[in-house]
Amino acid sequence: MIEPAIKSRPVYPGLKPDRCAKSNVVVVDKDGRDAFLEMAKTVDDGFLRKTTVLFVKGPPNGHDPAAPLEALGLVNLWVFPSLETLIARLDGLLSISRMGTRLYAAGNEPLISLVVKTALSHGVVHSSIMTEHRGSLRRRVQCVHCKGITENVTTNPAKCSHCGLMLLVRDHYSRRIGAFQGVCIDAEVPGEIPEIKAEFL
Amino acid sequence: MNTMFKDETFRDDFTFSNSPAAIKRFPFPFWEDKYRYSVNIEPHVAGPKGSIYEFPIDIDEHYVADMRDRALVLKEDPLRVQALPHMMLAQWDLLELLMTSMARDYPEHFTLERNGDEWHWINRPLKIENTFRFGNAATLPYEPMEYIMRQCQGDITLLDQRENNLWMDAGIATSQADWSLDFDVGMNFMEWHAPVPLAHQQGVFDRALKFLLALQLGKPVRRLNWTMTINPRLDTSPENYHKWGVDRVTVTPENVGDKVHLRVELQALWRLPRSNAIAFSIRAYLIKLNELVTDLDKARRLHRVLQTIPPELVGYKGITRYLDVTRDWLAKYDDGKPTPVGFLFQ
Ligand code: HEM
Repeated sequence: MIEPAIKSRPVYPGLKPDRCAKSNVVVVDKDGRDAFLEMAKTVDDGFLRKTTVLFVKGPPNGHDPAAPLEALGLVNLWVFPSLETLIARLDGLLSISRMGTRLYAAGNEPLISLVVKTALSHGVVHSSIMTEHRGSLRRRVQCVHCKGITENVTTNPAKCSHCGLMLLVRDHYSRRIGAFQGVCIDAEVPGEIPEIKAEFL
Repeated sequence: MNTMFKDETFRDDFTFSNSPAAIKRFPFPFWEDKYRYSVNIEPHVAGPKGSIYEFPIDIDEHYVADMRDRALVLKEDPLRVQALPHMMLAQWDLLELLMTSMARDYPEHFTLERNGDEWHWINRPLKIENTFRFGNAATLPYEPMEYIMRQCQGDITLLDQRENNLWMDAGIATSQADWSLDFDVGMNFMEWHAPVPLAHQQGVFDRALKFLLALQLGKPVRRLNWTMTINPRLDTSPENYHKWGVDRVTVTPENVGDKVHLRVELQALWRLPRSNAIAFSIRAYLIKLNELVTDLDKARRLHRVLQTIPPELVGYKGITRYLDVTRDWLAKYDDGKPTPVGFLFQ
């Protein structure tokens, strides 16, 4: 589990079924899928019947990563090729969701970030979302200078994919933007860039 | 106070300077010869005539130049003003607070006439005049917070109070000490203070938040905060850090007195009447060390404070690269004598 280094850095306490919810929306990637499968063992069929799962399956590797989810007999299982396509569907789904819908997100941090960010824009209170981090530590990073988001950052420092500055990736995190803050690392002495380390694999 | 407004700059040729009167009233923030964090909050009550505490909102000789700098920043980066939709009422509360204070305390510069919801505002130094309907944002050229903050010194944030916390849901920041409003909007008290070292562990923020949640209407409070800045630059934002960061390596023993500035923020907090939000103003005062050392007590004390500042704070405040040269330069003013107890300004 991710330890909070500083207080803006979110923590993800883990999925726990809310048995009172009228319906459930679950967003998972391949690693997060297992967190949901574990939770699914603790609930009854009634819970699963009112559950919609949005699954980003990732690059093919011979196995069908959706198979274990299909085996649950879910009524609504939507499989997406990418996080982006999934989030677009989530956005539409939340715009027609009723009160009493409980949202779950499990997987890597960019996935959780985007689910929370999307939910916030629909007026969902962030602390009501059940979250569990699984898999890679890679980060979404916002360049404080050009405001561009660099996806899937695994190193520190990391190059901004928009303006090209080398960024120190801080632990300071904005839920509204769904990203960590990146700040030019060689602003004081241009070119003085420390060793690039793979901190977020 | 009958102020003459100076024509000066906070960028490029940096012509900013303080008059002898401004040096005298500068809010030197250290009350003892060492440094420590504390919950240094006191009632924001009227101070002596001519002091920065004389009025709730201090308008000084830098007003016009300050507002010109703000306009330049906003022109380049409109994201320095942010307001979530539910903060509109708090914006009007703020406009009322500032217009009534400014017009009451500086009648030679500002006039406010109110006829029910029809308000008429005159700002003579900036040559602005508007008639508008209080509560109707369409009758002003900007949203209320931006409108009035383009005419009032200092940055501001508006804090919504809910879930036993304060949320930075609106603000304007064009002269901030290296924090990003755009990034912090929507965060709560603990989250936006997350990067601050040491204070969390010492319980400073728990105590401060508890105190602020109980802040009452009509009983504003204030505190002083400080850092150091190279050149009299108001816009030391992270957004532009890749442009001003190089300044920090330009300090030499010869230019310390001119380059290195003490930057003190007078932070005041008001409970707002309609929205129950809190307005938090951050008014930066700059003074170059050459000006500061004209008062030996302050020079001596600053030297001693800089000896005792914890390394975490040196890093956090970004003064690592020029701390030694600054301390060495100040040493010649430290004659070993005791300094008077308490604050060194009125
Ligand atoms: C509710 C209104 C307040 C707002 C909006 C606010 C905002 C901020 C921000 C944005 C920072 C910079 C954080 C960063 O590095 O990114 C900061 C720093 C800090 N704040 Fe506050 N603050 C507030 C109230 C207080 C209070 C009441 C205290 C009293 C203990 C306090 C103590 C501090 C300290 C000690 C720092 C570090 C400054 C330094 O050492 O240079 N703040 N604040």
